[in-house]
Amino acid sequence: MSTGTATPNRPDTRPGRGSDAAGRDSFAHVLWAEWTKFRTVRGWVIGMVVAGLLTVLVGYLSAAGSQTGCGSGPCHFYVPVGPGGEAVTDSFYFVHRPLAGNGTITARVTSLTGELPTASGGRVRAGLGESGLHPGLNPWSKAGIIIKASTRQGSAYAAVLASGDHGVRMQFDYTQDMAGPPGRPSAVSPRWLRLTRSGDTITGYESPDGTHWTRIGTATLAGLPATVQAGLFATSPAYSVMTTPGIVGASNTGGPTLATGVFDHVGLSGAWPASGWRGDDIGDGPGSSYPVQGGGYHHFGGAFTVTGSGDIAPDTDGGPGPGQSIQFALVGTFFGLIAVVVVGTMYITAEYRRGLIRTTLAASPRRGRVLAAKAIVIGAAAFVAGLAAAIIAIPLATRVSRGNGNYIYPVNALTEVRLVVGTAAILAVAAVLAMAVGTALRRSAIAVTVVILVIVLPYLISITNLLPLSGDQWLLRLAPVAGFSMQQAIPSYPQVGIACSPAGGCYPLAPWAGFAVLCAWAAAALALALVLLRRRDA
Amino acid sequence: MSQALQAPRAATRQEPATVGPGLRDGLRTEWTKLRTAPGTFWLLLAVIVLTVALGTAAVAAAKCPAAGCGQDPAKISLTGVDVGQAVVAVVAVLIISGEYSTGMIRTTLAAIPRRLTVLGAKAVVVTVLVLAAGIVAVLGSLLAGRLILPGHGFTAAHGFASLSLGDGPVLRAATGSVLYLALIALLSLGIATAVRDSAVAIGFVLGLLYLFPIVAAAVSDKDLHRHLLQAAPMMAGLDIQATTGLRSLPLSPWAGLGVLAAWAAGALVVGGLLLRFRDA
Repeated sequence: MSTGTATPNRPDTRPGRGSDAAGRDSFAHVLWAEWTKFRTVRGWVIGMVVAGLLTVLVGYLSAAGSQTGCGSGPCHFYVPVGPGGEAVTDSFYFVHRPLAGNGTITARVTSLTGELPTASGGRVRAGLGESGLHPGLNPWSKAGIIIKASTRQGSAYAAVLASGDHGVRMQFDYTQDMAGPPGRPSAVSPRWLRLTRSGDTITGYESPDGTHWTRIGTATLAGLPATVQAGLFATSPAYSVMTTPGIVGASNTGGPTLATGVFDHVGLSGAWPASGWRGDDIGDGPGSSYPVQGGGYHHFGGAFTVTGSGDIAPDTDGGPGPGQSIQFALVGTFFGLIAVVVVGTMYITAEYRRGLIRTTLAASPRRGRVLAAKAIVIGAAAFVAGLAAAIIAIPLATRVSRGNGNYIYPVNALTEVRLVVGTAAILAVAAVLAMAVGTALRRSAIAVTVVILVIVLPYLISITNLLPLSGDQWLLRLAPVAGFSMQQAIPSYPQVGIACSPAGGCYPLAPWAGFAVLCAWAAAALALALVLLRRRDA
Repeated sequence: MSQALQAPRAATRQEPATVGPGLRDGLRTEWTKLRTAPGTFWLLLAVIVLTVALGTAAVAAAKCPAAGCGQDPAKISLTGVDVGQAVVAVVAVLIISGEYSTGMIRTTLAAIPRRLTVLGAKAVVVTVLVLAAGIVAVLGSLLAGRLILPGHGFTAAHGFASLSLGDGPVLRAATGSVLYLALIALLSLGIATAVRDSAVAIGFVLGLLYLFPIVAAAVSDKDLHRHLLQAAPMMAGLDIQATTGLRSLPLSPWAGLGVLAAWAAGALVVGGLLLRFRDA
């Protein structure tokens, strides 16, 4: 396959190459000339098609190779969906009574204790039956008061709670989290919590003594029904331990944990109909997607002891839940990227090898324009390849993956558009980066190697857990691979105690910020290329 | 090195007219070409510098806070091979693709019409050069580990002996890493002979090396994941660097290096056949 010749095949029909060429060296003509070069070299067009095909094919293969089985048949998980349309975990022990209108609930938490699965032989056993529990508290174990639209999983709520290691928090509708004062409740320093409902608005307060109250935050739960369920709750997220760090068989094991909160001075004011307290283990049943371990409560002499297991939080990739993030469909982007980098580099190095660069620069002496035109053409070609690939890969791979019994976390349409456009944009900017590095280095093998190393190696290092997590995070903020944050489908929430790992599809920068980092690399390479192209003889 | 290749005697030797040029002439030709090509020296220097630099960085970032931290000091020290191999691939790709891009290949094949002899000579020359660079790079990396790791908790109290080639597994990791680099060179040479164009060849090689682990990480099926790691030239080949936790490896160290050798042999066979039967 000879891919080096770049001969325009229709010179006579194009503007700017006739007798008036000298006077009409406009950017449009340069752009047209560069587009003709790209279009007429079969190998480059094939390379872009290969980039798209690889992206789709690898996404398809990874979907076909990801199977979740439960016993002999496919799994039938029930994953609740929160008010924002996101997958959530909603499992806890709830001691509640109805509230028919506006009102206030106050409670004092005097103790928060818990139990963790017992490690045996250096490993945490996965199955509950074979492991015992020992005292210990998960950092995100919670006990507090909650007002919830209903006892249905995924319904709207607002809560004020004491946590294991993160102090008092106000949380609502799964994704929202506000910090109150730090510290764990104890008999010496109890925590007073209060929630006040007024229509759709719920305000959370905290107090050290029951008289001096501090407002933590306010939640507006649109469409909250007149009669809601309110009361005390306790829950504790599944404990997960990475047993073998590293790419070779990284695996999480762990098990359900328990948290027990002790409450007293429970006070109600407002529209509370006459009713007794009722205990419900929310989300513990067959088909539960989240590992839980039952719970219960005692009510004795004005004190409540509530024990629960689970979490009230967004369900994210890498957690104990069974779900898969939609971005797995785009894992083939790295393959497409390499093809695009090869074509992008050759788009300029072939000119140097064949001496065509001298013709190009003779026809269009303003070298900056040539570089800009090349960047636009190669970027646009890669963008189209990436766009087509992502549009095909996402539905194809998710369909295959669902057929294999996997649960795909729902994402909204805007996120899906960002994933598709982001994939195309990553390939486009990578192609421009490759073209710029090729211009600077002129030698295609070295240029391709530099670009692939700069983009792929930091990602590889970060998924092999070679560096400590903080080192990985900095690498993923500064290296061009930060641009892949455009493909992060599920945001990472600090109130879910899961380390943000790139292998789990999580990047430390927000999508557009990460993409800006990639663009900055490409811009720096273009600037260098421009300086060298202007200074050096061709 | 030059003594082994007998370059000084080159000018005085006279071939009998009836016998075509053999491997010895091929070696001399290839050695002269590589020696005089601009960049070869710098690329080999880059192999050493990049390998030692990344190895030192990995060693500097490693920490062993307590006994039983489950780290592998030899493997950490030899991390730089991950990036050094890319430059080795460039050297090996250019030794053949460079000739196609300049048209030199036609001169080469006119001078030595036996094409497999040409490929064999190129393989020998690039292997010798990469072995030499690899030995320096690996020794430098281990030295960095030996000097820095004890300060980061890799002490006798935590169950780690000082890195030493007298230690069997460390010697295996060191020797294996040098051989690994040589096999990467042969794999790259085979692929570049088949593909010809340097950009496409290097893209192919680096994709083969670096992308397998990314796909493996994305596959949740445990058996498929393991098979991918067993088949991947880079992941299987780097099993040779392990000195602890051998039981949890997808393959034993030497079997892993064998997988890479099979990849290299396969690439050379395909490249050799295409070279033999295709027009240059």
